[in-house]
Amino acid sequence: MSSDYELDSDEEYYDDEEMIDGTQDDASEDEMDMDDYNDDFRVDTGSKKKAYEIDYQSLTQSDVEKLMKQDIDHVVGITGVDESTAALLLRHSNWNKERLIEKYMDNLTTVVVEAGVTAPEPTSSPPSARTHSVSSACLPRGGSSSKPSSTASHSHPPPPSFQASSKSEEPEPFVCPICFDDSAELHPLSLDCGHLSCSGCWAAYITSKIRDEGEHAIRCMAEGCALVAPDPFIRNVLLPPEGSTSPPLDPKELKANQAAWNRFQELLARNFVASISSLKFCPYPGCTRTVKCPTAASKSSLTTIVPTVSCGSRGIPVSEDPKSQPSASLLKKEHKFCFGCTVESDHRPVVCGVAKMWLKKCEDDSETANWIKSNTKECSQCQSTIEKNGGCNHMTCKKCKHEFCWVCMGPWSEHGTQWYSCNRYDEKAGVDARDVQSQSRASLERYLHYYNRWANHEQSAKLSVDLYAKTEKKMEDMQLTSELTWIEVQFMKKAVEEAEKCRMTLKWTYAMAYYLAPGNEKELFEDNQRDLEKAVEDLSELLESSIEAEEIATLRQRVTDKTVYVQKRNDIVLDDTAKGFLEGRWRWNALLKALKRMLRLKRWPSGF
Amino acid sequence: MSNPCKRRLIRDFKRLSSDPPGGISGSPCPDNIMLWNAVIFGPADTPFEDGTFKLVLTFDESYPNKPPTVKFLSRMFHPNVYANGELCLDILQNRWSPTYDVAAILTSIQSLLHDPNPNSPANAEAAQLYRENMKEYVRRVKATVEESWLDPGDSMDVDASNAGSGSSDRNV
Repeated sequence: MSSDYELDSDEEYYDDEEMIDGTQDDASEDEMDMDDYNDDFRVDTGSKKKAYEIDYQSLTQSDVEKLMKQDIDHVVGITGVDESTAALLLRHSNWNKERLIEKYMDNLTTVVVEAGVTAPEPTSSPPSARTHSVSSACLPRGGSSSKPSSTASHSHPPPPSFQASSKSEEPEPFVCPICFDDSAELHPLSLDCGHLSCSGCWAAYITSKIRDEGEHAIRCMAEGCALVAPDPFIRNVLLPPEGSTSPPLDPKELKANQAAWNRFQELLARNFVASISSLKFCPYPGCTRTVKCPTAASKSSLTTIVPTVSCGSRGIPVSEDPKSQPSASLLKKEHKFCFGCTVESDHRPVVCGVAKMWLKKCEDDSETANWIKSNTKECSQCQSTIEKNGGCNHMTCKKCKHEFCWVCMGPWSEHGTQWYSCNRYDEKAGVDARDVQSQSRASLERYLHYYNRWANHEQSAKLSVDLYAKTEKKMEDMQLTSELTWIEVQFMKKAVEEAEKCRMTLKWTYAMAYYLAPGNEKELFEDNQRDLEKAVEDLSELLESSIEAEEIATLRQRVTDKTVYVQKRNDIVLDDTAKGFLEGRWRWNALLKALKRMLRLKRWPSGF
Repeated sequence: MSNPCKRRLIRDFKRLSSDPPGGISGSPCPDNIMLWNAVIFGPADTPFEDGTFKLVLTFDESYPNKPPTVKFLSRMFHPNVYANGELCLDILQNRWSPTYDVAAILTSIQSLLHDPNPNSPANAEAAQLYRENMKEYVRRVKATVEESWLDPGDSMDVDASNAGSGSSDRNV
């Protein structure tokens, strides 16, 4: 069976090396990374899509902005409002286009007032929210320069939004109600509400809102005014266009404003992504990409698929603090994450719910369970856990006062005076007592069986960081001791990566097997698991072995063959499990009933 | 950024001196305009009547984009004032607007005295008494009113006619 793989996969493997070569030349190119990711699968799957592969799309921020634009254009087309108004309306309604349009058609005024697009009708009394702020009662008293009087003194109506009111027409000089500056240089601005203040104060206010509070809906500065600044206004304030009348910014200010504007764009994109269930932000630090995965958008879909996705980027930003320098492998790590949960980045083949439940069980049980198993027995009557820390074998349960023999667990009454020989082993009572106990012990042992293997693979995957460093050293050695070039020794790196990937799969297969009901399906699953495990162990052994100069060619051949074989085995496990979920083939044991209750899902795999 | 902030504080002070709202007074420290002392007189016809409650306001460069830190120096018995004198007032937190000035802050606090919000209590006992035992609440408040006249180290002239004249500086 393995010869099949070796024959045709060898060639494919060389293709893969060329791919690595390509990425090295152009590592910063995001598109290349995406190809790289897909190529990994293509190595042994060909063009046929595997059941465990999920359709998703990696989006950059500008892609997300394009999606936003589409929605905005859609609303503009239907309602006829301008673009920035449509953006405010959509943000206010959490990007639910349908509901917004419905509400808009239903009650236009309410929607635009709620979204902060227009001020409420002036005839209505000012909103006097009954809070302890005494909002309107404590307005700045009517000083000569205070805001209301300065607006009232305008002979003309409030200037249209983000249009500078021409200062020369003012009957009296403009005094900014925020900074109380009255110099002729000032550039008063206001939203539609006409609450004027100078451009400098606007800029300071907007920057502080964006930078310190991460706010994307920036309200008018005036107390009690609910108007939200539209995007073009914010842009004009932060980055005044060429030829505007506002005073020029010095380079430092301009840089800070540009940063604030960029951050504002990011906040808008984040707000959009958070509102749409088929979009998720890449959770890796410093990453601004988004993944679109419509198949995993609903909660119920997570019972049949494991949406492991990758945004396509690699690495995390290098921090300036040398102490918190991430390890080399972390720097190159692919941005892989689960679209459905935050449990672990890649918990294939098990679905999110099972993975979560398994982890919870491990958290609750693992540490203490080991100790309990090796140090205690249960009372044969009340099943209390008892630790024998001295004395004779005549035990009396503290809780139920049951007297029993520690050695045979039978009732003490039958022991008479000859307890030490404990010749009662075959007595029925003793057997019964051991039955109950052995049942609970067996369940614990069963759990520990899976847990230990699960934890072992996790540990091994963690150790792969060391292995990686060792491998790099080995690769250098190989370049020195043989004719092989850098590219040709990449097979070691590839093998380590593959081994780590397979260990993650193996780890989660144990969580899966723990919950599977016994039967043919489980046996097949465990056969696949065993084959993969055996292959991975063989590969790991090869990687750990020492390198002799004359054997490099053989080693290279063996490692390459093994890597491809392991890849294939991993693929089989993932593919078969994923298919099982889709077909509802997996039958679960009683332990998972709690999960079923918890999720209350209709589409949970049958046999559940 | 220091200029707009200081310029604004000078204007706040000018306005507070030239057009003082009733029952409040405040002024910056002679050597530090970012630190203000203020007095709020308990509003008439309330349990706080005749009280002279001292506060300190700490501004930083982000004023008026961010509110100052306000703290009572006098011991208070009020549902929205913490034991350390800090107070729970929405306009000093999330409802802050850069248009508020010192006069507006002090007037707000003054009206908060008589109009507490027992639903977000900073002092649970005061809030409970305010809701359930008004008589006892008034008694406890009156005790703090009398205490406010005797604040240790208090050298301020609390004569109402002096309010807003800017002469009530206190060195901190």
